[in-house]
Amino acid sequence: MKKPFLFLVLLSAVSFRLCAQDDLMKMLEEESRKENKKDYATATFKTTRLINGQSIENVAKGVLDIKISHRFGMINRGTYELFGLDQATMRMGLDYGISDRLMVGIGRSTYQKQYDAFYKFKILRQSTGGRWSSPISISAASSVMLQTLKWEDPKRQNYYTSRISYAHQLIIARKFSEEVSFQLMPSYVHYNLAKAATDPNDIFALGGGGRIKLSKRLSFNVEYYYILPISLVAGEGYRIPGTKNSLAVGFDIETGGHVFQLHFTNSTGMTEKTFITETTGDFFKGDIHFGFNLSRVFTIKNKRFKRQ
Amino acid sequence: MKSLIVCVLFLIPAAFADAQNIYMTKNGKVSFYSRARSPEKVEADNNEVSSVVNTQTGDLVFAILLKSFHFESALMEEHFNENYVESNKFPKSTFKGKVVNLSAINFSKDGAYPVTVEGELTLHGVTKKVSYTGSFIIKAGKINATSKFTIKLKDYNVSIPSLVADKISEDIDVTVDCKYELKS
Repeated sequence: MKKPFLFLVLLSAVSFRLCAQDDLMKMLEEESRKENKKDYATATFKTTRLINGQSIENVAKGVLDIKISHRFGMINRGTYELFGLDQATMRMGLDYGISDRLMVGIGRSTYQKQYDAFYKFKILRQSTGGRWSSPISISAASSVMLQTLKWEDPKRQNYYTSRISYAHQLIIARKFSEEVSFQLMPSYVHYNLAKAATDPNDIFALGGGGRIKLSKRLSFNVEYYYILPISLVAGEGYRIPGTKNSLAVGFDIETGGHVFQLHFTNSTGMTEKTFITETTGDFFKGDIHFGFNLSRVFTIKNKRFKRQ
Repeated sequence: MKSLIVCVLFLIPAAFADAQNIYMTKNGKVSFYSRARSPEKVEADNNEVSSVVNTQTGDLVFAILLKSFHFESALMEEHFNENYVESNKFPKSTFKGKVVNLSAINFSKDGAYPVTVEGELTLHGVTKKVSYTGSFIIKAGKINATSKFTIKLKDYNVSIPSLVADKISEDIDVTVDCKYELKS
């Protein structure tokens, strides 16, 4: 008799406790656990460029991003050139988000008088919860670059297509914590026309980079592209002679609608083929360019989300 | 054996009582608006608010996932999560409280009843004792709860950088609109 009575008291105590607020809260938690909502990692990087190259981030659907980038001259040129500030190459670009997964962009660089166009597509997004959650994000990006310098030798038969080169990249990224994100960028650059017969038309590189957030609005970034010793044609080198791997270090500073990226790099160009394969500066001998990217976003296509 | 039956008999009404008193929503709406003279409106809606009210005891709780607040500007939404409410560190805002004028509400009779709610609001890791007024509109066994109140960002340690101080107001107007149904 005694035991079931105790059991009754306990059980009614349990049912009584159901009324308390904490139990109502538990009820809500239980419901949301049942739903198991998918949660995507956001803001792995502050903007769509890590430094020179693409980051895993896209601009959102209907958002236009105006990017103006400068690379000054080399800082080891001394006071006569005011540490490179007397010279500058620049790229003006427009990026646009067609959907939340797909963005496209165009740009024009003063360096080699290049026009470029690219797309970047999110294949996989880092997420927790739900079905098919993924520990990493993967994006694909391809760009086409057209240099429009005068022909070096106008007398010979020149083809328009000789001006064109392509770059294809996979971007594999993980946001490890609020502060730390890394990404790897296996890359492939193709030249329709290589400068010398022994220069490669196809160059492979592996990029790596990451960021550490120093405060809510400031992060420190590093980006490095290592040219892989892979040659498709016997007798050709695997890289353009005299070139170095591209290294860049810098800061992202975010102020409302703008992101400023200030950095130091041994690369002059700001398109994939130029910084991955045509970097000639030696970072550790002071062939360093100070540079910045300025990004300003505008929500132009209205309201992905309608207010009632 | 007999006492077990007694147990069960005792428990059945208890279980029934609970089921009849618990009203729930999983798609309640909470919006906020920052009253600053800014060209870009700082406002967001969350249509996935979950809340439970026990009409017998007056207990009322809310759980609000901060990532479910959506802004017109994607960048503003990112900054809201990253820099202001830090939704990775503090994913939820919660309210735990009670309807204090429960006796003035007749849940079985359609009509609009003014309500006063007291409890603890948690946002950005800070818990504050609060008291807000609103109304319960009861119609056909459903409860529509609405309320409007203002919170101060300073109270919840949400800091506004001086650079955007003229664009974001310290005072945030919050609107709540939840339609509760009997929990089955």
